[in-house]
Amino acid sequence: MEIVLAIVVGVLYTVSVYLMLRRSILKFIIGLIFMSNATNLLVFLSAGLVPGSPGFIKPEGVAAETMADPLPQALVLTAIVIGLGIVVFTLALKYKFFELTGTDDLDQLKQTDS
Amino acid sequence: MLHLLIVILIFSFGVFLMPGKMKKYNAIVLSLVQAGAFLFFLTRVPDITNLTFGHTLIEWIPQLGLNIEFVLDGLSMVFALLVTGIGALVFLYAGAYMKSYTGTNKFFFYLMLFSGAMLGLVLSGNLIQLFIFWELTSVLSFFLISFFHEKESARKAALQSFYITGLGGLSLLAGIILLGSVVDSYSLTEWLANPQAIQESKLYLPGLLLILTGVFTKSVQFPFHFWLPEAMQAPAPVSSYLHSATMVKAGVFLLARLNPVLGGTQEWIYIITLIGILTMLTGSYFALTQTDIKGILAYTTINALGVLVLLLGIGTRESIMAAMLFLFIHAFYKATLFMIAGLIEKKTGTREINELGGLVKYMPVTFVIALLSLLSMAGLPPLLGFLGKELIYEAKIQSPGIASVVLILGVTSNIFMVAISLFFVRKVFLGKYKTTNKVPNEKGFAFLIGPGILALLSLLLGLSPSNLGDAVIKPAITAVSLENVEIKLKLWHGFNQVFFMSLFTIVAGSFLFVAMLKSKKLMNAWRKFNSIVFSIQFEQVFAWILEKFVMVSTMKEKAVQHGYHRYYILTIFAFTSILLWVQFFYTQTPMQEINFTLKPFYISGLAVVIILVALASAVLRSRIVTIVAMGVAGYGIALIFLYYSAIDLAITQILVETLTIVMFMAILQRLPRFAVLSSKATRLRDFSIALVFGTIMTFITLKAINVNLNRPISDFFLENSYTRAYGENVVNVILVDFRALDTLGEVTVLTIAAVGVYLLLLPKKNKL
Repeated sequence: MEIVLAIVVGVLYTVSVYLMLRRSILKFIIGLIFMSNATNLLVFLSAGLVPGSPGFIKPEGVAAETMADPLPQALVLTAIVIGLGIVVFTLALKYKFFELTGTDDLDQLKQTDS
Repeated sequence: MLHLLIVILIFSFGVFLMPGKMKKYNAIVLSLVQAGAFLFFLTRVPDITNLTFGHTLIEWIPQLGLNIEFVLDGLSMVFALLVTGIGALVFLYAGAYMKSYTGTNKFFFYLMLFSGAMLGLVLSGNLIQLFIFWELTSVLSFFLISFFHEKESARKAALQSFYITGLGGLSLLAGIILLGSVVDSYSLTEWLANPQAIQESKLYLPGLLLILTGVFTKSVQFPFHFWLPEAMQAPAPVSSYLHSATMVKAGVFLLARLNPVLGGTQEWIYIITLIGILTMLTGSYFALTQTDIKGILAYTTINALGVLVLLLGIGTRESIMAAMLFLFIHAFYKATLFMIAGLIEKKTGTREINELGGLVKYMPVTFVIALLSLLSMAGLPPLLGFLGKELIYEAKIQSPGIASVVLILGVTSNIFMVAISLFFVRKVFLGKYKTTNKVPNEKGFAFLIGPGILALLSLLLGLSPSNLGDAVIKPAITAVSLENVEIKLKLWHGFNQVFFMSLFTIVAGSFLFVAMLKSKKLMNAWRKFNSIVFSIQFEQVFAWILEKFVMVSTMKEKAVQHGYHRYYILTIFAFTSILLWVQFFYTQTPMQEINFTLKPFYISGLAVVIILVALASAVLRSRIVTIVAMGVAGYGIALIFLYYSAIDLAITQILVETLTIVMFMAILQRLPRFAVLSSKATRLRDFSIALVFGTIMTFITLKAINVNLNRPISDFFLENSYTRAYGENVVNVILVDFRALDTLGEVTVLTIAAVGVYLLLLPKKNKL
């Protein structure tokens, strides 16, 4: 299964880079989201895949050997939330940019004055 | 010694705190501080004469060999006396000279700070520390040259001198670090203890060349000599203090300082001797055809520095003695002459030698002082300069291998010096008085006291030089050559070879002087000749190089910083992929055995769906479909999280994905449709880059699986999650308890983003 998911990660990265190289700012933002997702999945996979055994501890003792590693999950959780912050802010910025310049073309960003 | 520097620092800042009425005493107070420092060093002279040296060590970063070390030995003493003694006189003079200008606070601040930096330089016992003071003097020289900053020429001259000495300073630092790596220390004592190791090391030659570049730029040696005449834009006290008596001698000081460590090798002798000779000739030759009196003095200074460097290059005991004595001689007469030149400029309004004449009638005392100094410069008895010249001739006879050449060139250069000295006296002070803008006078006691004392010293020490020799020069020679010497300085050496050379120099110089005076045509023809033969001016070459340098970097800047956002990104991704691929093949660690399986099938199916929608969102033109596809991919990933035991991740991912889609939909109405902006070729290119990047990321993912670098940390969390934090969900406990500060940071980021979004989406009230 790891191989299949690794391919998924690769495809997500390919799509995100392709989108980020577009001139349209909207596509750029979508590319950003894909990149964030791909990276989250990559970090998540690095812990190994453990189906059906989440990181829950019973009061009476330490859990079994096969339990999923909680640390990458904590990292990814933070990353997802920060990713949301970035995307939302970029979207708002893009909206303002369009409002001021009336274009969606990144190449028009060369001038500093609107 | 450290306390002395701190006192100087305090007083230099104190200039600004002086109450308004006391302002006019600024110069006198600073002069008294300098005089006090001078007396302090003077009281130490007996110790130095008995060869007991002062040494202070303050540890700063001893692990890196960076300590603050002060050494007071014979050599430091010579320079410390010059810096403080001449400093006291220059400040006195500057008080009178600067009276009519605004911004004198700043001026005195820089000048006082400079004297501290220079003192720190000559007292340094650590080479990195020496470098810091060295650079400080360059920076302060920059500010002082550009004191009249309304003048473009002054700004240009300041920049030029700063570029050159700054470049030399960096070169010096590189040399120090290179050679410091040989003995693993920057302490002077360590260097002095291991000359063998340094000279035998492979790094000796590069290190030597780098250090010499620093020395030559600072001490205005050929081919860097051109910055000094330009630096004459500075006020006269600065020329007198920095550009004749102290700062430009820093290079000479360093040569003398490092002579026991680096000296004596073939490279040392030949490079330094050659450069010294060239500088000496350049200086005296061009001095002859100058018409600006400060220009004349600048070129004769270049000549003197050439002589000093040459003497240290020869490196015999006699030549070092001559150099140490000549340091005093030159400081005495040149500082004086610069002050006199400033006075003449002040009182007549001009510095052009052809507009001056007959000043003896109006400025008799000035005349006597200038005469004494100029005769010392020409090397005539009974002044100290005569003794110096005799010793220099003696030293040159001893120069290895090429003694006759050195001697002939030395005599030639001295003939020029005699001629220019006589010419100066005749043109400026004698002859017919030419009307100048102002009627000259010599009111102002402060103008004359400094030059007067120095000129008197030239005369008195010339008559009885043995005291100076025993007290100061002998220990200095010991410091430079590391051997004990007995020296006898006397004015009269008898009728020997050297005496006849002196006689010849004076006679030939006089003839040249008469020729220069009688025939105006000759001088004009000569100037023309010079301007043709030496049509390549070094300052122009320098300016040209600087201009080209700026041009090339502008071109580079335009090529790299083109302003197209997507090409920046393209560069980043292309370059990152190359690096990753190279590293991937380079490391070659065996990949873990992973079996290819499609089980469980529903996850495989999910993977296929994610791949398809991702591709669809890249190629489809409809905005809504693209965004929906993006959302499907996000939810798919959430399901993967869910299946592989990451419940919290799945919940968060679903929430975030929903929110993102809502945001997109909300503003989608206000945005234009996707336009086809790029050509097919561009898209193909972008796709290839993306594919290369994506492929390497797949391989990296495979390598990363089960790496588990953080197992011990995870174990810690698993063990302590319930016992310490009383939480069963370990992921949550990590976020809110163990790493709560990180989460706080995250919340802050989100808050900032939210505020930013709010402000951006505010309906605009007034347009900017």
